[in-house]
Amino acid sequence: MTSTAPASEDVRAALADIVNEVAGIPVEDVQLDKAFIDDLDVDSLSMVEVVVAAEEKFGVTIPDDEVKNLTTVGDAVAFIINAKG
Amino acid sequence: MVTTRRVLVTGLGATSPLGGDVASTWQGLLDGRSGVTQLTDEWAEGLETRIAGTVAVEPTEQLERVRARRLDRSGQFAVVAANEAWADAGLAVEAGADPLVDTERLAVAMASGIGGVTTLLSNYDALLQKGPRRVSPLSIPMLMPNGPAAAVGLTIGARAGVHTPVSACASGNESIALGIDLIRLGRADVVVVGGTEAAIHALPLAAFSRMMALSKRNDDPAAASRPWDAGRDGFVMGEGGAALVLESEEHARARGAKVYAEAAGAAITADSHDIAQPDPEGLGATRAMRRALVEGGLTPADIVHINAHATSTPQGDVAEARAIRQALESAVDRVVVTSTKSMTGHLLGAAGALESVATVLALHHRKVPPTINLDDPEDVGLDLADKVRDLPAGDAAALNNSFGFGGHNVAIAFRTV
Repeated sequence: MTSTAPASEDVRAALADIVNEVAGIPVEDVQLDKAFIDDLDVDSLSMVEVVVAAEEKFGVTIPDDEVKNLTTVGDAVAFIINAKG
Repeated sequence: MVTTRRVLVTGLGATSPLGGDVASTWQGLLDGRSGVTQLTDEWAEGLETRIAGTVAVEPTEQLERVRARRLDRSGQFAVVAANEAWADAGLAVEAGADPLVDTERLAVAMASGIGGVTTLLSNYDALLQKGPRRVSPLSIPMLMPNGPAAAVGLTIGARAGVHTPVSACASGNESIALGIDLIRLGRADVVVVGGTEAAIHALPLAAFSRMMALSKRNDDPAAASRPWDAGRDGFVMGEGGAALVLESEEHARARGAKVYAEAAGAAITADSHDIAQPDPEGLGATRAMRRALVEGGLTPADIVHINAHATSTPQGDVAEARAIRQALESAVDRVVVTSTKSMTGHLLGAAGALESVATVLALHHRKVPPTINLDDPEDVGLDLADKVRDLPAGDAAALNNSFGFGGHNVAIAFRTV
């Protein structure tokens, strides 16, 4: 079976563009080990915007209940790759 | 506790159809330049009125990108204008950073007539077209009418209260009246007051058109706003924001602030006549002007200039002229009256604030901007400024009038210092 899962770096880079657009965080700061709220200072409303933009970008659904588990950029990248896979 | 503290104007800010700051706006007014243009966007096709006074400088060019995208356009105008006023007052634009101002004695009164209407409508479009999850999580803080005031308060760190007077097209002046009260009541030492409006969109334009309130002079936008001219056929919608820093005299003197004028008095009355039509006798407006004079310790003979509400509607301009004559009686003959809306269009909830900036500058520079398009002036018994007019030297005072749907009348009296 052919996997449609994108590469981790491609997802991280696309997510970094979204975080930059929404919250003005420099793209190079958006690394896998960084926490959205504690490290990147993305507030809760901006996080909702990031999630919706990521859903549109990657064609996935990220349930509201799931968002609280996406603490770091790496968590979000893994969720998106899993959802696409 | 009501004090007798004098209230001074120590900073001015504006973004308008004539310019992105006070200096360019004031120059545009003195030049008699119209800021009204045709609306060429697709959304304006089919509207009865396709002209408006859009801002000369887009606020997204004046604000940091992320800051701008979290604000409704009306909030953007408010922050641009307030930042300029704050810096003009010699204060540092960073919340709580200025040691000269105690933030617990700092308030904001930033009005809007309509609120974040374009945010409301664009999010409704998103809801219908893409579903409820595509409604922005920022839509509520962006569309709430107090959003601009709150944004200004956050910017400068105001902790003595953040207010949003709403009285349609009198809102901007009502915020100034409130600011004067807050200082006189001893509730604040410094208040950033003003108004903002960003309603140039198909729905408000169509709605005002259905009230038969807007000019339809689509082919000649610069000539469309023509207060007191016999050919006037309604107002022209404008957009923008304006802000003034009001400060107790004690506070301003202690920090050696530059002073433009004294905000000497204000009065708010209601017509109790009709939800939209002005009282043809102008009684509520007359009372507002008279009471502003009394509150300022002024008499009609002190007044040298009035920046009128005069929006270029057939009825309103005449009713106000009658009110001015009634309020000033025989002293009206030496009062130079103008309507800067002839150049800016009608900024609705920001009008009183922008026109108060113009009134303060008229006293400060002793120059009254003209009323343009007065080709066939109606005889309303006033000395209308059809060109730039000089004001006399010495102690002088001026009035700014603003009236709003709902029968709101607000007059502010400014005096030279």
